[in-house]
Amino acid sequence: MAVTEVPKIITSRFADPEGHTLARYEATGGYEGLKAALAKKPAAVIEEVKSASLLGRGGAGFPAGVKWGFCPPGVFPRYLVVNGDESEPGTYKDRLLMERDPHQLIEGALIACYAVGCSQAFLYVRGEMAFAQERIAQALNDAYAAGYVGKDILGTDFSVDIVLHWGAGAYIVGEETALIESLEGNRGMPRLKPPFFPAAKGLYLQPTIVNNVETLANLPWIARNGGAAFAALGAENSKGTRMFAVSGHVRNPGVFEVEFGVTTFRDLLYAPVYGGGIRNGNELKAFIPGGASAPWLYPEHLDVPLEAATVGKLGTMLGSGAIVVFDETTDMVKACLRLVRFFARESCGKCTPCREGTSWLEKILERIVDGHGRPEDLDLLLDVCDNISVGMNWPPKQTTICPLGQSATTPVASAIMRFQNEFEAYIGAPSEITVEVKGPAFVGPVVAREEVTADA
Amino acid sequence: MARLSPDNLTHALEIVGRYPMAKSAMIPLLHLAQEQDGYVTDDAMEHIAELVGTTPAQVLGTCSFYEMFKREPVGTYLVNICTNISCQIMGGEELLHHAEQKLGVKAGGTTPDGTFTLEDVECIAACTEAPCLQVNYRYRHKITIDEFDALVDDLRGGKLAAQIPPHGTLAKVRQHIPADRAAGTADPAGVPEPVWLAKNAEGAER
Repeated sequence: MAVTEVPKIITSRFADPEGHTLARYEATGGYEGLKAALAKKPAAVIEEVKSASLLGRGGAGFPAGVKWGFCPPGVFPRYLVVNGDESEPGTYKDRLLMERDPHQLIEGALIACYAVGCSQAFLYVRGEMAFAQERIAQALNDAYAAGYVGKDILGTDFSVDIVLHWGAGAYIVGEETALIESLEGNRGMPRLKPPFFPAAKGLYLQPTIVNNVETLANLPWIARNGGAAFAALGAENSKGTRMFAVSGHVRNPGVFEVEFGVTTFRDLLYAPVYGGGIRNGNELKAFIPGGASAPWLYPEHLDVPLEAATVGKLGTMLGSGAIVVFDETTDMVKACLRLVRFFARESCGKCTPCREGTSWLEKILERIVDGHGRPEDLDLLLDVCDNISVGMNWPPKQTTICPLGQSATTPVASAIMRFQNEFEAYIGAPSEITVEVKGPAFVGPVVAREEVTADA
Repeated sequence: MARLSPDNLTHALEIVGRYPMAKSAMIPLLHLAQEQDGYVTDDAMEHIAELVGTTPAQVLGTCSFYEMFKREPVGTYLVNICTNISCQIMGGEELLHHAEQKLGVKAGGTTPDGTFTLEDVECIAACTEAPCLQVNYRYRHKITIDEFDALVDDLRGGKLAAQIPPHGTLAKVRQHIPADRAAGTADPAGVPEPVWLAKNAEGAER
């Protein structure tokens, strides 16, 4: 086990009931990172973040410093959009960062604006998070009054407004181009990339950096302690620390900041300081490693470190840091249906494979759970998946503008390929699978299947 | 019912003024309309269209996309029970079924007295605290069936009125940018390179 002692980079104020106030924030190193950044050239701040190798914490895991560099030179104004629309099932970290340490996020946003040269920032908080909106509104009001935000920040020539914006209930808006559409007052439907890469053509078709809340929350620490200190933690390309929400059938579900790249799934699920093991002494059946969109992993993967590239090689992802644990009592067919239903409900309807595919997947799975499934349904489900996500490979091949549709196929392929016998028990007859599924996480080691009888 | 009231109009204009393009204020203004009336009325959508310089049809187009906007009256208390994966496997569906029995309505329905609307919702980011729910977007974590019953009784008895405002009110704290501290909106057509980036061209490290 590798439960490492590392500094808490982004959750250091979580235990402090007053950690959200400006006074406590300032008393615990708050806005020192901004001061350190303002003493440097903006380009030097970008270099510092690049040297930290800070991977984006929203889901895609793209290096933040590199993303900043994609703004075309000489094109202004540039905007910063903070993505606080956390809604990937299983994910619970950005809401905590916004509620418990709003100034840390504001400071991170300011450092990003200074480094990239953004003339205005928009902090997009998920609509359902009323408390986070209150905490951020209060923090912004206090930060304006104290001279940290707005005109001539801390007496320098750096000036930027941060506008609190809030959503109204749509998972798809977490996708960066859909978020920009939403911020422009439209239905939150993704834009085609290219040409609408936000760094080139984002908000109002201007260069726009869209960064996740957790990503930005790391910046004050990096600015204070240096990129090298951050990169000294972690392993391979996964540096620093990262927040993981461990939910489901563990004894101590919780949100933990752990050393990235070093800690293993076993540590996170079983160590007493983290998940504490499976509830009631039950057996682990499967776990989702990175939110509802991620292909599932199984007990044989427990010793894999939480390292982005390593997990990627298994054919899945750490995504948004959401680990959902299933014990032996879990009905995987029902779990699969619930996940698919989520994607069917949240499909924005722009692309046909996703709009039609997700709702048909839901209907067929509902039929199976209701006891009217047919032996050919498993092949039919995988065939629909194959039409949304060709070959069910990893990373998925896009047939749509954004990856929502492909995400809906992962619980189907995961559940059918691993737990075919549970589907057959619902259907009451054996079935044959002819559709080829390629993703490595779906076609792991063959598991012995139980005999299925007609009266099962 | 009901264009924005004079007070809300003042606030609406402040919100519009924060954005380089007025249409960006659409969702915040729809929330403001919902806060005023408990749902988004046709009149309010027409008013918003005037304020952000678009058509009522565009406002309806945006409004109808987002689940939080209700275009007909709902209960004073919107009870949203999460049944997504982490809650499902920890009893979220059983909690929803119990709530349906307790309130006497199916998910999506409103009690005849107009007090409660029950919804079966997607993940609300409290996954380690499953099963969870929200009442008017205020969280209740790890809620048992007995706690649910007590919550309903408390809401009916007005005991939580201070904590949980009627449906429509989200944040009770609002952002206010003081005029003397504002950096100003960044017009996409007319903002030059920020002055502080000039430092990049300076020879020596400052």
